[in-house]
This record gives sequence, C-alpha cells and structure tokens, in this order.
Amino acid sequence: MAATNATTAAAAGQSKFPPFQSEYYPSQLVWLVLTFVLLYVLMARLALPRIGSILAERSKRIADDIAAAQRLKERSDAAYAAYEKALADARAHAQGIANTTRERQAAAAEETNRRLEAELHERLAAAEKSIAATRAAAMGNVGAIAAEGAAAIVERLIGKAPAAHEVAAALAEPGKS
Amino acid sequence: MHIDPIEQFQIKNLLPLVNIGGHQIAFTNSAAYMLVIVFLVSALVIGTTARRAVVPGRLQSITEMSYEFMAATLRNATGTEGMKFFPFVFTLFMFILFSNVIGLIPYSFTVTSQLIVTVIFALLVFFIVVIYGFWKNGWRWVMLFVPKGVPVYFLPMIVPIEVLSFLTRPVSHSVRLFANMLAGHITLQVFAAFIIMLAGYGVIGWFGAVLPFFMVVVLFALELLVAVVQAYVFAILTCIYLNDAIHPGH
Repeated sequence: MAATNATTAAAAGQSKFPPFQSEYYPSQLVWLVLTFVLLYVLMARLALPRIGSILAERSKRIADDIAAAQRLKERSDAAYAAYEKALADARAHAQGIANTTRERQAAAAEETNRRLEAELHERLAAAEKSIAATRAAAMGNVGAIAAEGAAAIVERLIGKAPAAHEVAAALAEPGKS
Repeated sequence: MHIDPIEQFQIKNLLPLVNIGGHQIAFTNSAAYMLVIVFLVSALVIGTTARRAVVPGRLQSITEMSYEFMAATLRNATGTEGMKFFPFVFTLFMFILFSNVIGLIPYSFTVTSQLIVTVIFALLVFFIVVIYGFWKNGWRWVMLFVPKGVPVYFLPMIVPIEVLSFLTRPVSHSVRLFANMLAGHITLQVFAAFIIMLAGYGVIGWFGAVLPFFMVVVLFALELLVAVVQAYVFAILTCIYLNDAIHPGH
C-alpha cells in the first residue's frame, strides 16, 4: 500500500528516482569537490599534524617520566645499598672494638693475676724464711733457759748455785740425765 | 496524509549559481549538508585539539582514537609507505562517517545516499590507485594482474579475470555504501509511516502502532551500526586498494 503510494507519488512528482536524476550531478560534483578539498586541506595542513604532535609529545613525556622514575629507582637502590654497607661496616667495627676490648681486658686481668700470685709467693717465701729464723733463734735460747732453770733447781736443792760451766757441761751430757 | 519514503533523497536547488555548458550549478540541500559535515568534522578534530592537552578530555580522546584507529588500519594494510595517504584516508573516513550519522537525524539529508557522491569517491580512489601505481612502479605495476605461482597456461584465463575484478572495484565500492544508506533510510521511513498510518485508525490503531514503533527503535540502532560500519568498510577497502598501488606483488 505504502509502496504503491510512494511509486505513484514519485512518478507523478519527479520522472526519476532522486539518486538517478542526472540533472543534479554537476551541482553535486562541484560541491563535493569543493567541500572535500576544503576538508582535506584542513585535515592535512592543520588537524593531523597537530594530533600527531600531541601524540608524539605524550609518548615522549611518558617515556621521559619512565626513564626519570628508573633513574630515581636506581639512585634509591644505590642509597639503600650504601646504607646497608655502612650498617654492616659499623656492625663489624663494633664487633672488632668489642673483641679487642675483651682481649685487652683479659690480658690485663691475666697480668694482674700473675703479678699478685708472684707477690704472694714472695711473701710466702719471706714468711717461711722468718719462721725458720725465729725457730732457729728459739731453739738457740732453749739451752740458756734450761741452764738457768737447772741452776735455779740446783740452788733450791743444795742452797748453793752451781758454777755456770758445770751446769753447761751437765746439760751437754744427754745420757746421764 | 501523504508519506513518500523516497522524498528524503530529493535534491532541491536552494540557490541557482551559474550555468556552465547547459549544466546548472546550484547551491542545493546536499551542498548545505556537505558544508555541515566539513564544519562538524573540523569542529571536532581541530576544535578539541586546540588546547593540546597532554591528558585528553573526552572529545579530544574521540579525535585521538579516530586518528590512531585510522592510522593503524592504514599501516596494517599498506605498511609505512602507505602513510603518505593517511590525510586522504582520514578525510574520506570522517566525511563518510559524519555524512552517514548526520543522515540518521530525522528530516536531515544523507549525502552518501546519493549515488553520484559515492561514485565520485570510489572513482577518486580508483584513479589514485592507477596513477600512483604507474608513477611508483612503472610498467611493473601491471604485474598486479599476474598472480605469482600460477602455471603459465592458466594465465590467459586468470589475467582477464583479475583485470575485470580490478575494473569493477569502483562499482562495488560505491554501490555498497550507496545501497546501504538508501535501503536503511527507506526502511526506517516505511516503518515510521506505518506508525502514522495506524495511528490514524483510532484507538485500536494506537495499540497496533506500538509494533512499528518498536521496529523503528530497533532499526535505528541497527542503522547507527550500519552507518559506522559502512564508513569503516569504505575506508578499509580504500586502504586495501591503495596497497595494490604501493605493493603490486600478490
């Protein structure tokens, strides 16, 4: 129904189907060439170089930023490595100081010990010597005391003090007493 | 009520300009839409990139995506040597895309539904291919019609077929776009006319009109797809044909 209406209307109004009406072709051709060339010139001269430069600039900027980030990362890695190294060095150094201190103190203690021991030995020897001397002295005095005691005993027994050389002689004869 | 689905393709002389050799040159509704296309494409492509934003906005992204999309299509088809045709292919694609999409606005005119327009584009591509092919490759370019690896005794049969298929390219290239636009718009108009006709039959007609209305909505979405796809098809075929001019070896 609609189709028949359309064809009859088209047939009545225009002799041909509009896209085939060749009397309009020159106008179409002229305006199409004009507008297409205008658009081509605008695109080729102005728009496309600009878009190309925007895209190039952006990719360059991204590449630069990535490179900068890479550089900074390398620097931070290096700084971290340096920090780790410094820490390890400090630790080793502290260990060294502790070791040497310990060794020195041990050596000093050893030295003190040895010195004290030697001193003690010396004093022990001196003490032994003085004891021996004292004993010798005491042993020397025993005869005199015995003589004195014997003289005193004899005096009480006989009322007369014996001569000293008699007493000494009597004491020197151990078998008779 | 009179509804004519063909009327939308009618060219109207708005302003007669000159008469050259019996051919009248006039400012027509078609010419007006061509100027609108040039204006809108320029407004999009030039206007949105004016700020040269490093971080693009939405419209600038559309422009950049169109640029990169067409550049990738052309580079895939023709290699780096073909990039000298990039402004041409980009202009062609944008012109046809905008023509197709603007044509979907009700009461507007579709420039690419005119056979003469698509024929001019197809012939332009055809002659660029022929002229550039000869200019670049000399007579070696005719080796395009001699496929490699075909036995010699087949060549008398193969070569005419190759030549014929090459010569018919402008026909298929132009009619594909023209017929898609024409058929889509007629279909839309016919279904839209059903709505109005059924609505004229009273309350029952109003309910009946819902069906063609639904069809128009679905068809419109389909036509939007067709409008974009056909612009892309025209552009990618142009790229493939240009590749024949640049690299005639099969």
